[in-house]
Amino acid sequence: MNVARREREDTTETAAPITVTILSDQDIILARQNGRALAVKLGFSPGDLAVIAIAISELARNIAIYAGRGEIIMSPAVDGGRQGITVVARDDGPGIADVERALQPGYSTSGGLGLGLPGVRRLMDEFQIVSRMGRGTEVRVLKWNV
Amino acid sequence: MEVPILRQGRYLIATIQSALSDADLTRLRKSLVEQVGKWRARGVIVDVTALDVMDSFATRTLRDIAHMIRLRGAETVIVGIQPDVAFAMIRLGLQLEGIATALDLEEGLAHLNQQLRKMEGGGGSDGASGDDPGRS
Repeated sequence: MNVARREREDTTETAAPITVTILSDQDIILARQNGRALAVKLGFSPGDLAVIAIAISELARNIAIYAGRGEIIMSPAVDGGRQGITVVARDDGPGIADVERALQPGYSTSGGLGLGLPGVRRLMDEFQIVSRMGRGTEVRVLKWNV
Repeated sequence: MEVPILRQGRYLIATIQSALSDADLTRLRKSLVEQVGKWRARGVIVDVTALDVMDSFATRTLRDIAHMIRLRGAETVIVGIQPDVAFAMIRLGLQLEGIATALDLEEGLAHLNQQLRKMEGGGGSDGASGDDPGRS
């Protein structure tokens, strides 16, 4: 388990970006708890906190299952008057062969383990994925506090 | 984090007290399925009140627990799913179809008493009270 904090000019100390290294299923909990704590600081409603936590859980589990190692980076997002939370899930794993297919509802390569990426995309306001075979995957999601 | 399993009469009550890892959940499943046989339990209650997240793995494991325990001849009720947790589950598309759920421990016990009476032909052994908590 490894939690590193990084400073940025545009964020206050209480809402600094947090990186959680994902190596085991214990780290899934750590990522979720840190993400929730950050979302609390950003003023999200209890309903949104649960949504953000479950999305982080799914993204972190994908790393633990498919890549074995990676990181979750959570940071405040600002756009005009809006505040939000950005979650980046990054790994150097095998990559996803068919990203289009991985985004179809119900798709899973691990025998029904999780609802995977379509569910996470549905939960969040913004969703981007870049995956290269043999190089790894980066999923970037954002939830606005509205 | 070990989940304590309390035996009360013919029921087993597992109260989850903090966030559980995937390995913890898998251990709970194994433990409950074993203990149903050891104690000849007829009902199992899994209290998830303390969980602030029920993700795909937790949901799937709870579903597996209920199905496996039914195969062992006992009934399972999941109690204490919090409103925000339920909201996030639905948004993600997670369901506990075919699994009995109840508001809290009291309602869960009432449900098990009712099920047990039904199975034993309306004997009414445990003095159940309260409404039928229904099924999810």
